[in-house]
Amino acid sequence: MTDYRMHILICGGTGCKASESNEIKEKFNHFISEFDLEDEVQVLFTGCFGFCEKGPIIKVLPDNTFYVSVAAKDIEEIVKEHILKGRPVKRLLYKEPVSGEVISESQDMDFYKKQIRIALRNCGFINPENIEEYISRDGYMALGKCLSEYTPEETTNIIKDSGLRGRGGGGFPTGLKWEITRKVESDQKYVVCNADEGDPGAFMDRSILEGDPHSVIEAMAICGYCIGADTGLVYIRAEYPLAIERLKTAIKQAEEYGLLGDKILGADFNFKIELRYGAGAFVCGEETALIHSMEGLRGEPTVKPPFPSVSGYMEKPTNVNNVETFANIPVIINKGAAWFSKIGTDKSKGTKVFALAGKINNVGLIEVPMGTTLREVIYDIGGGIKDGKEFKAVQTGGPSGGCLTKDFLDTPIDYENLLSAGSMMGSGGMIVMDEDDCMVSIAKFYLEFTLEESCGKCNPCRIGNKRLFEILDKVTEGKGTLEDIDKLKVLSDVIKDTSLCGLGQSSPNPVLSTIANFEDEYLSHVEEGKCPAGQCKSLVRYDILEDVCNGCTLCFRNCPVGAITGERRTPHFIDQSLCIKCGVCYDKCKFNAITVN
Amino acid sequence: MPKIKLAENTIQIIKDICAEFDNNEGELINVLHKVQDKLGYLPAEVQEVIAKGLNTSVAKVYGVVTFYSYFTMIPRGEFPISICMGTACYVRGAEQVLSEFKRQLKVDVGESTPDGMFSINCLRCVGACGLAPVVNVGDKVYGRVAPTQVKEIIAEYRKGCDSDNVKSA
Repeated sequence: MTDYRMHILICGGTGCKASESNEIKEKFNHFISEFDLEDEVQVLFTGCFGFCEKGPIIKVLPDNTFYVSVAAKDIEEIVKEHILKGRPVKRLLYKEPVSGEVISESQDMDFYKKQIRIALRNCGFINPENIEEYISRDGYMALGKCLSEYTPEETTNIIKDSGLRGRGGGGFPTGLKWEITRKVESDQKYVVCNADEGDPGAFMDRSILEGDPHSVIEAMAICGYCIGADTGLVYIRAEYPLAIERLKTAIKQAEEYGLLGDKILGADFNFKIELRYGAGAFVCGEETALIHSMEGLRGEPTVKPPFPSVSGYMEKPTNVNNVETFANIPVIINKGAAWFSKIGTDKSKGTKVFALAGKINNVGLIEVPMGTTLREVIYDIGGGIKDGKEFKAVQTGGPSGGCLTKDFLDTPIDYENLLSAGSMMGSGGMIVMDEDDCMVSIAKFYLEFTLEESCGKCNPCRIGNKRLFEILDKVTEGKGTLEDIDKLKVLSDVIKDTSLCGLGQSSPNPVLSTIANFEDEYLSHVEEGKCPAGQCKSLVRYDILEDVCNGCTLCFRNCPVGAITGERRTPHFIDQSLCIKCGVCYDKCKFNAITVN
Repeated sequence: MPKIKLAENTIQIIKDICAEFDNNEGELINVLHKVQDKLGYLPAEVQEVIAKGLNTSVAKVYGVVTFYSYFTMIPRGEFPISICMGTACYVRGAEQVLSEFKRQLKVDVGESTPDGMFSINCLRCVGACGLAPVVNVGDKVYGRVAPTQVKEIIAEYRKGCDSDNVKSA
């Protein structure tokens, strides 16, 4: 390996790639060859840094300079100033929004200060397409340790003692799951990695697979050793092309290095990993549905028991774990169960990765110890609400979770607390909402999702959710009655009690939690025919205040349907019969001359 | 849907793909992925050939195709437009962007324009939540799209010229 003087790490996550990171890399290569620096400076893609709001992000090593919102046109300056002369480009450094202080190293930024990165330990530090970089950060050491020092039983006990619980949402103790599968006798067993991340607004698993695929591969092999399986299967969404590509590269490299295949590290243990593609069905996150999908069938869930640990893929004992759960395993083996169980709360150990998104200043991927409060996540790490608006709710757990109000801001985040607050941990989506969001519409949005994703096998979910959606639709149209709100509650309870799988059992949660926390909003929809947030189109009317409008014509020029008329410098007028209530005029008006009623 | 006649070599392509997976019924989803990659969509006639190739019923193939949202029986437009309807994009106004696309192109979600140029689809989270709301046209990603930009984006493709930069408001 060449000894480089400097390394330039460019974020190669999907978010930054969607911006300009490919062009940025090309520009770097161009200028580096122009200045003959090829032997001194290395440019490479790394995994997601997590600070997606300020993407594309570039980190320069060894001085650890952290550049944000970089564009391709900035590269020439970075090369000339920073790389050649050692002067960081100040204007591209992160500026703390409150103090205005310029910060050049990521560990000093509020966004990173409260985070502890275990599952994301390598994201943003290594080149995910190079196995040697993973190995240089203790990669595959845990696998070696297990194969040479521990029996499968001892390894399982370490995981059990660590207190690690399933990160896919269910929170089932991982070590216990392994032990159950290990004790079932069979000639063939399987390890399955659930990478079918279907929760809208969540991208934790994808970022791990894109940024650190080897940690998942290593953990699957350890799991195989524990339960006595020689085959691992990764069930991954076909919508994640970059993650698939990186995973394929990583598997190939691991095979070349003898870390997958026969007689791994000289031990009497064989393990191989294959990929299986999902095709866009949320219900396939449920383990029995996932297994059917891997068998080439419709992804419909079946009644448990038998649990997959007894009869799963091809009716053989199968251990299914989520990507993030696996990413924790090698660290636990290396550092010990006691180290891991010190982090977190009484019943929830370790850390949790969240995809922080919505109306928040710092959108991104974060990892915090269990027990961190929502306030710390939203205000300290997330930097507060966008545009100085008021916090209204945070939605956790995706379509199966609920909305939490400001009363819960100081609740420490763990599995039990979120459940008792009427939401759930889920896989880690965390969507922040502000005063402009209508909670009835949010409930309707999630129901529309479940409706589309319900597999249709059992009646409560297929028909019940449809009825729930229809009632919510009626309420947002202003045609609901008080009786409808009661119906929503009763129907929700029935669906929860009688559905076959986790999808149906949790689908009414967004409805129940919004009714519980924002009943007044439901009431103003049905009693007064008003949407307090001004989002429900049927209940909204845009008007121009004659005495405020100065006739700047900005709204007139931006109205997509030509519903606004008026001469320059005279008050304008909205033709209600043409208005499609898109709200563009309201957003564009600089004089607050447009009202929403 | 009108019946279409598959060309001989199209049938051969499908048969070859089935053979690649050992004509194994359990590989149905992988076969469908590969065929859709090649042909762009999976009409009934294609499903019949696959069923024969894997020695299973057309009903089963149809059941799987219609179950998963990734598979489509309708040809997509030359420039498929996908609007992200993940929660992060939704709360940042994806719905308004979608309705503007529908209005401009006069087609509904899942349909193509009569000239075959555009089709509209919704997808759930592309993972670029920092850029919400996000719209994909083919492989190109547009971030922070406002309803007022929709016209420009469509015009960009109508003109047939494709600027290199990602549009961002």
